Amino acid sequence: MAEIATAAPVPAAPPSRLAKTLRALVAQPKVIWGGGFILFLLLLALAAPFIAPHDPLAQDLMAGTLPPVGFAEHDAAYLLGTDDLGRDVLSRLIYGTRIALTVAVIAAVLAALVGTILGLLAGYYGGIVDTVVSRLIEIWMAFPPVLLSILVVAIMGSGVTSVIAAIAIIDWTRFARVVRAETMAQAQADYVTAARTLGFGRLAILFREILPNVAPVLLALLTLEMGIAVIVEAILSFVGLSVSSDTPTWGGMIAQGRQIIYQAWWVFAAPLAALFATVLAFNQLGDGLRRALDPVMQR
Amino acid sequence: MTVPLLAVSHLNAVVGRAGNAPVLRDVSLTIARGEVHGLVGESGAGKSTIAKAILGILPHGIRITGGSIALEGEDLLTFDAVTLRQKLGPAVSLIPQDPQTALNPGRRIEAQLTDGLRLWKGMSAKDAHARALQLLEEVQMREPARVMRSFPHELSGGMRQRVLIAAAFALEPKLVIADEPTTALDVTVQKQILRLIRSMQERHGTGVVFVTHDLGVVAQICDRATLLYMGKVMEQGNVSDLLNKPRHAYTKALMEACPRYDQPGRGLAPVPEEVFAACRAEIAAFDQAGAGHG
Amino acid sequence: MADNLIDARGVVVAYGGQRGAFGKRVEPKPVLHGVDLVIGRGETVGIVGESGSGKTTLGRALLGLVQPASGSIHFDGKEITGLQEAAMRPLRRRMQMIFQDPMSSLNPRRAIRHILVDPLLLHGLAKNRREAETRVRAVLDRVGLAVAALDRYPHELSGGQRQRVGIARAVVLEPDFVLADEIVSGLDVSTQAQVLQLLAGLKRDMNLSMAFISHDLSVVRAVCDRVYVLSGGRVVEQGACESVFSAPQDAYTRTLIDAIPLPVIDPAWLGRRPAQA
Repeated sequence: MAEIATAAPVPAAPPSRLAKTLRALVAQPKVIWGGGFILFLLLLALAAPFIAPHDPLAQDLMAGTLPPVGFAEHDAAYLLGTDDLGRDVLSRLIYGTRIALTVAVIAAVLAALVGTILGLLAGYYGGIVDTVVSRLIEIWMAFPPVLLSILVVAIMGSGVTSVIAAIAIIDWTRFARVVRAETMAQAQADYVTAARTLGFGRLAILFREILPNVAPVLLALLTLEMGIAVIVEAILSFVGLSVSSDTPTWGGMIAQGRQIIYQAWWVFAAPLAALFATVLAFNQLGDGLRRALDPVMQR
Repeated sequence: MTVPLLAVSHLNAVVGRAGNAPVLRDVSLTIARGEVHGLVGESGAGKSTIAKAILGILPHGIRITGGSIALEGEDLLTFDAVTLRQKLGPAVSLIPQDPQTALNPGRRIEAQLTDGLRLWKGMSAKDAHARALQLLEEVQMREPARVMRSFPHELSGGMRQRVLIAAAFALEPKLVIADEPTTALDVTVQKQILRLIRSMQERHGTGVVFVTHDLGVVAQICDRATLLYMGKVMEQGNVSDLLNKPRHAYTKALMEACPRYDQPGRGLAPVPEEVFAACRAEIAAFDQAGAGHG
Repeated sequence: MADNLIDARGVVVAYGGQRGAFGKRVEPKPVLHGVDLVIGRGETVGIVGESGSGKTTLGRALLGLVQPASGSIHFDGKEITGLQEAAMRPLRRRMQMIFQDPMSSLNPRRAIRHILVDPLLLHGLAKNRREAETRVRAVLDRVGLAVAALDRYPHELSGGQRQRVGIARAVVLEPDFVLADEIVSGLDVSTQAQVLQLLAGLKRDMNLSMAFISHDLSVVRAVCDRVYVLSGGRVVEQGACESVFSAPQDAYTRTLIDAIPLPVIDPAWLGRRPAQA
């Protein structure tokens, strides 16, 4: 028998960690709305050939600049109207989610990977490693991002790969800065000292002890970055530095719509609305994740 | 019979959305003019809740369900917020627990000391400055003129607590609430601060509610004390009776659990589980009786 | 085999001292100015002092967590100053630490099971998870925690329970030496007594050597055999608790003892002037 009476009884067995995390996620309306919308976009992108009512590239000059359904002279076959070449705006929008999501996910993950590794190392090892990484971040951030991306595209040629590379190359600093600061804060905590006294090595401490505590912030940042990547891709498409003009992208559509805004405002408005909603959804999701995954708030 | 300075009677409070978790259970206590009254208990005993109820600063979620808090015979709970500020502002003040956060880091000591004087006493800037300087001298601050010009971060923890004591006594209040004012300090500084609070209190004839978990501090600074457990008064009376002739088993057990540097082996006897069980039973019986009445 | 488990001589620790901006050298700020300290086998030594006295730094130096600028620290006859982390690792199992703030010292993202089982596996004290868990269960029982605690995360336990987990983690490796750094300062008197009683029992059963860092002389008196009084990074007095507390030789020790309020009415306590001028 224990020498002392067992202190106040430990409460009854709780549900598993996973169940609790899921419950916390579902309890956040922001996660439901933001995540739901992103999921919807994902389905659109995957099933584009089956869902899109028309070929996004098929031109029909007889059906040029038709307004969306509900406006005078519309054609019920073109829900969101057509552009000046008679291409279906809705179909182009649906196909545009493919590029938008591909770029968002891959570019954000790459930027996060580079930034997190550098941030972890700088924050935990300090000293010369930190000095090098910190100076690198400062120099990087002093460089105008638009010029940097133009430079990348100029070197690599236009295309989705270049856009992804440009975003990752520019935006790793966001992750590096936040992860470095968070790692430094966590490294001060006694549980890190405890791990040292228990004899764990530095890499084990960094990846098993510290990383899980940095992960919630990282995940939120990753989601926000996806929203940013969508915008950057649109901007690069807008200035014609992204994919070739015959692949439908939201940025390309906005650029095209801008020229005919007086004849056919919907060609401009539809991709803009899609862009706006997507970025908002990513931001909401990111904020919701951050709240839901906080271990202390998760009760 | 004279009206006591402060009379808390049958105070009940609950916490939570459902409002069914009592945090204060029929707490009554009186404080005479010039008395230092200890509110003693472990965490969750409700000692801070009583202090905050007197100051009218209960946090959201805690609701008073019955009883009264009378300052010189006037029930504070019947006042609206504006009247309460008018009544409490000059009459009751607080010495907070943490001198690190209780002062605004962006304002000089002078500004923070003269605020109250100008607002409640209607003093001119010049008079308030003179009075603030005098107060800092009264709390035995070295170089008061320099301290007046300082920002909080330029002062040590003990000095900051002196500033807060000066501020608490600035308006000649009738009652000062000291909420664990020395827990954040080193022991040698704690002693100086305790001595200062006692001497200021004696000089001004102020009543003091002294919230603490330390029976040693109670023994040295308090005249009377109330020992709480789970929001209920376990024992109340003169400190000498409380310490020398404790009636409640909980008081006795708590005394036994206190380590003492002058006695080897003390501090290794936890409060026996039977004593806690008896306390909980007492509280359960009380809650039952209350439910029966209301 | 050395007589004392820990033997520290002339330990000097200084913080800072890196090159500042523009390559200007920032002078290191000394925190310990040559401290001598020994801890015998099975002995519990108190290290007391006020904030800034260097007691926490001294504790960390004894565990090889901070490197002294000069002086030597021997653990079981082996010099540990200047040892690389890898060379230090085999010794780590034998010297453990219990922290002041159990919330901060337990990784919030790891269940108690992981916190207690992983160190056993790391040091090969258990052949597999199942064996490790059997040992962990025994230790949990010893520190007075229900087995259900294994599936909990630190924030799901009370302060007293967390501190028991901290103690369990320190003793599960069956160390020779445990450093306890202000471990009861955040606890209520009744919880404090439970923790102190537990610690005293463990020390006896396991023949532990302990360093007990505290600002509270009364707590030190409760559990320690000998005491070191630190002030400004120097030992001003050391000796058996018995003699130091009843007849302090140093003026600072007297001031420190005199500043502790006992739960005994003493009208003179607040009235008299402090011992020093």
